[in-house]
Amino acid sequence: MTTAPAPAVPVLTTTAGPPALGFGGLLRAEWTKIRSVRSTLWSLFAFVVVAIGFSVLIAAVISHDWNAPGNHPNHVRLLTDPTAVIYGAGFGLGQLAICVLGVMVITTEYTTGAIRASLLAVPKRIPMLAAKAVVWVVLDLVVSAITVFAVFFLSTSILRSHVDVTLGQPGVLRATLGGILYLVVLGLFALAIGGLIRHTAAAILIVLGVVIVVPPLVSLIPGTIANHVHGYLPTIAGQLVAQTTQQPGDVLSPWQGFGVFCAWTAVLLVACGWLLVRRDA
Amino acid sequence: MAEAPGLIEARELTKRFGDTVAVDHLSFSVEPGRVTGFLGPNGAGKSTTMRLICGLDRPQSGTATIGGLTYDQLPRPLHSVGALLESRALHPGRSARNHLLFLAETQGFPARRVDEVLELVGLTAVARKRVGGFSLGMTQRLGIAAAMLGDPFVLLLDEPVNGLDPEGIRWVRNLMRQLATEGRTVFVSSHLMNEMAVTADHLIVIGRGRLIAESSTDDFIKRASERSVLVRTPQADRLAELITAAGGVSAPEAAGAPGNGGGGATGTPGLIVTGLEAPRIGELAASASVVLYELTPRLASLEEAFMELTADSVEYGDQVSRAARGAEPAPQPAERSVR
Repeated sequence: MTTAPAPAVPVLTTTAGPPALGFGGLLRAEWTKIRSVRSTLWSLFAFVVVAIGFSVLIAAVISHDWNAPGNHPNHVRLLTDPTAVIYGAGFGLGQLAICVLGVMVITTEYTTGAIRASLLAVPKRIPMLAAKAVVWVVLDLVVSAITVFAVFFLSTSILRSHVDVTLGQPGVLRATLGGILYLVVLGLFALAIGGLIRHTAAAILIVLGVVIVVPPLVSLIPGTIANHVHGYLPTIAGQLVAQTTQQPGDVLSPWQGFGVFCAWTAVLLVACGWLLVRRDA
Repeated sequence: MAEAPGLIEARELTKRFGDTVAVDHLSFSVEPGRVTGFLGPNGAGKSTTMRLICGLDRPQSGTATIGGLTYDQLPRPLHSVGALLESRALHPGRSARNHLLFLAETQGFPARRVDEVLELVGLTAVARKRVGGFSLGMTQRLGIAAAMLGDPFVLLLDEPVNGLDPEGIRWVRNLMRQLATEGRTVFVSSHLMNEMAVTADHLIVIGRGRLIAESSTDDFIKRASERSVLVRTPQADRLAELITAAGGVSAPEAAGAPGNGGGGATGTPGLIVTGLEAPRIGELAASASVVLYELTPRLASLEEAFMELTADSVEYGDQVSRAARGAEPAPQPAERSVR
């Protein structure tokens, strides 16, 4: 009856590899996933353009208006905490792209259903999350490092005629590397919330709420308790490491603050992994 | 003693979503070397069962194993099991090739393997196109390519012919037959009885998450397509004797059978006769001067048999038809007339 050509299934010849899944293969797979969707490219492009563009714009405006009346606070800030001026505006905005991409790295798997293909291949689940986190951290680190150093050298060269800021000055190198570390941990923080919430829009709302909405609201509450709560908020604590010098009102030192941010992120990542294993995909 | 690597075993598998019991203490086994059809109406729990076997959903109780191992214990899952699940499992922005490439990389398969399975399913020309633009049929072919990626000895296919054109359907059928001939386990779900009748060697029928029947397709068809004759006569006892004497089997018509009110227009109860053809029954009746009000040959189709079998377990059936079907207790497949 049926004489249709029987499809010939080619035999998989190379099965002499390691008997179990290797982490190297999982890293390669996550790299293939992250590079093969356009949202990655666009988010990173937005991050680089916004961070460099705004930073250079601010530096140019300060430089141009150097002698204008009312520009005095910027002069003081550039002398006491130069990195706050250099990185403040551009990364304050640019970091949102890192938040969005960090969330989407994991939520798009759920919204598109690709998570089922991923978990059929890696049913133990935690190795997949670990590989995803490593690949995202490395990508975030490389792009952030390039962007932060580009901003530093562009901005300082624009301001050089008025004030000389170098990596050799006390605290400046630490603040610069701290800015990179902050962006890396922020990416992981967003990924963990994305993995917990599993819906792109909801997770992005929550991350942006934690990063840009909650801190100013908490700072409006008077009193030392509120001040301490504010100081321990994830990104408020995390940004301390990107400051050159302690500011009045800081409740934590730079590295304490960074530690608090890492602790928040670690707790969320553990919760994310715990739920990943227990929930239905 | 190690179990056959391709043997799928479900033991008391139970899965609830809130108050809904999707799979209810389901036990069955699926043997290598044949195509096993997994049949049930929509909402019977077929997809959930497949997801439980693959470890995507966690059962409340019970186990599902492949060759004695749970899915997450398989050392290289895609080399053991190829699964095509009903719902899409693709990022629409990713190309077909990259989708298969990342799957291959997780298992340590060479990239060449991706091109081989793309060739197998006939998607080589669109390998670098984003899958968001694929038709349902192309997506289904890509899903089959993903299932074949690891050259697995177990295939789980959830409604694989959905959205395929007739040529595609025949292609999938032949592929399944060939894979089974090679000694692999092929477990394929469908809600279409006739599709399964031409593909499957063995059938597992479920409804409302419970096992309804497990038999070879041949037995199922034999039972389902048994000929019978409906006879209506005021002298039922006399005719029953004659039929028995002639080597036939007669049974009173099931009470309350839909469409005839149990006694037809005449109010006379009917006899269901098997083993004798209608002309022979007519001759017997004439020779004994038994009056016949009705003499109707009946033949149940597979589809009809399946409907009968699962009538009580249709999850989303409309109230009226469910009530009508439910009125008939434990219906035998052969007892329902067709057309």
